[in-house]
Amino acid sequence: MSQAKDQWQSRLGVILAVAGSAVGLGNFLRFPGNAAANGGGGFMIPYFCALIFLGIPICWAEWTMGKYGGQFGFNSCPAIFGVIGRRPIFRYLGVLGLIIPIVIYMYYVLIESWCMGYAFSFAAGWIDLGDNPAQYATQSVDYFNSFVGANQDGLMLDGRIHESVVVWLIVFAVNFYLIYRGLSKGIESFCKWAMPMMALFAFIVLGRVLTLGTPDPAQPDLSVLNGLGFMWNPKPVDGEGSWIAALANPTVWRNAAGQIFFSLSVGFGVIVNYASYLKRKDDVVLSGLTASSTNEFFEVCLGGLITIPAAFVFLGAVGASKTGTFSLGFHTLPIVFQYMDGGRFFGCIWFLMLFLAAITSSLSMLQPAIAFLEEALAIGRKASVTLLGLVTGLGSLFVIYFSKDLKVLLFLDDTVGTIMIVVLALVQVILFSWVFGVDRGIRFAHQGAEMHLPRFFKFVIKYVSPVYLLVMIGWSCVTDSGKYYKLIREDNQILLATGLVLVVTVFLLILINLGGRRWKAETRDPRTDKSFGGLGAEPARKEARR
Amino acid sequence: MRTGGWIFMLLSISFVLCLTAFTFYRVLRRPASTEHMHAPLDIDTRDQDT
Repeated sequence: MSQAKDQWQSRLGVILAVAGSAVGLGNFLRFPGNAAANGGGGFMIPYFCALIFLGIPICWAEWTMGKYGGQFGFNSCPAIFGVIGRRPIFRYLGVLGLIIPIVIYMYYVLIESWCMGYAFSFAAGWIDLGDNPAQYATQSVDYFNSFVGANQDGLMLDGRIHESVVVWLIVFAVNFYLIYRGLSKGIESFCKWAMPMMALFAFIVLGRVLTLGTPDPAQPDLSVLNGLGFMWNPKPVDGEGSWIAALANPTVWRNAAGQIFFSLSVGFGVIVNYASYLKRKDDVVLSGLTASSTNEFFEVCLGGLITIPAAFVFLGAVGASKTGTFSLGFHTLPIVFQYMDGGRFFGCIWFLMLFLAAITSSLSMLQPAIAFLEEALAIGRKASVTLLGLVTGLGSLFVIYFSKDLKVLLFLDDTVGTIMIVVLALVQVILFSWVFGVDRGIRFAHQGAEMHLPRFFKFVIKYVSPVYLLVMIGWSCVTDSGKYYKLIREDNQILLATGLVLVVTVFLLILINLGGRRWKAETRDPRTDKSFGGLGAEPARKEARR
Repeated sequence: MRTGGWIFMLLSISFVLCLTAFTFYRVLRRPASTEHMHAPLDIDTRDQDT
C-alpha cells in the first residue's frame, strides 16, 4: 500500500517537474497581450492550428534530434544540426538555436526582475493606487512606467539608485549563481511544490476577476462579461472588416505561431540542448506532450481568463488591445488586487510565483549557450558561464537603457522572440523530416517512449508543418518586410537593437567555425563507441550509413 | 459575450482540459514514467566538474 502510494507520488512529481519547467511568463503576461492585440477569439483559430500542426510535432522533433545528437557526445544546437545534417550549412544554421535563447534572455531576465520588484513593492506597500477607483488605472500605469523607466531613455541608468535596477542586478546575479554552481535542479525541486501553489493562487485571482461585475457603474459597458467577450468573441484586427478577414492577415498567424513556440520553448534551441543529455531509452514523446498540455492549461485556462477580462474592465477595449504584450499584466493585476481583501498579500504572492515560473525558464535559456561555449572553445563550465554572463549582462543593460515605451524590448520580442523562432522551427522540421528522415526520426523517438506518436503526426511533420511554416514566412515577408526595413532605417534605437543582434550572431558564427573543425575530428564512431546507446555493431553500422 | 465567443471559449478550454487530463492519466498509469520522463531542469547536464 505504502509502495503504491510512493509510486503514485513520484509519478505526480514527474508531472509537477515537467509543469514547473513548462510554465513561464509567456503564459500569464505574453499570451493575453498577444491575443488581445490579434483579434481576441479569432486569434484562437490560428493559435490552436499552430499548437496542433506546429508546436506539438516540432516539440517531438526537437526532443528526438537532441537525443540523437547526444548519442554522439554533442550538446549544442550547431553541433547537433551538423551531425544530423552532415553538411556545414546546418552547423551554421544552428546559430539560431543560440542567438534566440541568448537575446531572449537579455530581456526576459529584465521582465523576471519586474515580477520580483512588484512582489517586493506589494510586500512593502509601495504600490498605492489611491482611494479613487476611477484613478486606479492611471495610477497603475504611471507606477509601471516609472518603475521600468518607460517615459524616457536612459532614465534607469542615470547614476541614481532605482529599485528596478537593483532588483535586476539581484535577479541577474541569482540566475548566474545558480547556473554557475549547478543548482538549477534545486530550483526545479522547489518548483515541484511551488507550481500547485501557483495554480491555487491563479484560481483565487480568477475567482476575484470573474466576480468583479461592473466596478465602475458610470461605465456599464466595462463589465467582466464584456471583458470575456472581448477575449473570446471572434473580431477583426484593428476593428476593420470581419473576423474571417482577420484570418487572412499573415501577421496574426505568425504571432499565433510565435506565441505557441515561445510558451512551449519550441524553436528556442533549449529542448535540443537538454534532450541531448538524455539516454537512448529515455522518453521524449509523453514528456513533450505533458509539458505542452500543462503549459496550455496555464496559458488558456488561467492566463487568458484572468488578464484580458480584467484589462478590459479597467483599461477599456483600447487599453487592453494597445498595451504592449508584457505590460498588460503589470498594468492590470495591481488594480485587481486593489479590489481584493488581502490584496497586498495576494499581489506579493502572485508576482513572486510569476518570478518562480520565470526563473525556471530563464535558467533553461542559459544552458544551450553554455554547452556551446564549452564545445566550441573547449573551456570549462565556469569559464563559459562567465563569458555568457558578460554578453547577456551587456545586452540586458542595453535593453534597460533604451526603456522609452519599452520599444527596444518589444522589437526584440517581435523579431527574435517571434520571427526568428518561427524560422528556427522551419529549419528544425526540414532537418527532421527531410534530412534525418521522418520514419527514422519517429523510430528513434519511440525508443524508450511512454507512448507512441499518433500515425497522423507522421504526415503532419513531413508535409503539413513545413508547408505551413513556409507559406506563413513567405506571406509575412511579402507583407511585413517593408515595415521592418522602414522601422530600422527611421529609428535609431531599433537600428542599434538590430546591430546588437547582428554583432552577437557574427560572434557566434565565428565560434561555430572554430568549433566545427574540432567537432568533425571528435565525432564519435557509433560502430565502436558503447555510449552510442549500446546499439551493437550491425544496427550501429546501419544507423551510421543512413 | 456573443454566442460565437461562448463557443470559442468552451471549445478552447475543453480541448486543453482533455489534452491535459489525457497526458496526466498516461503519466500516472505508466509504471516506468518516473525513470524515463524528465523535465529539462531535472536533466543532469554532466558538465559540473569541468
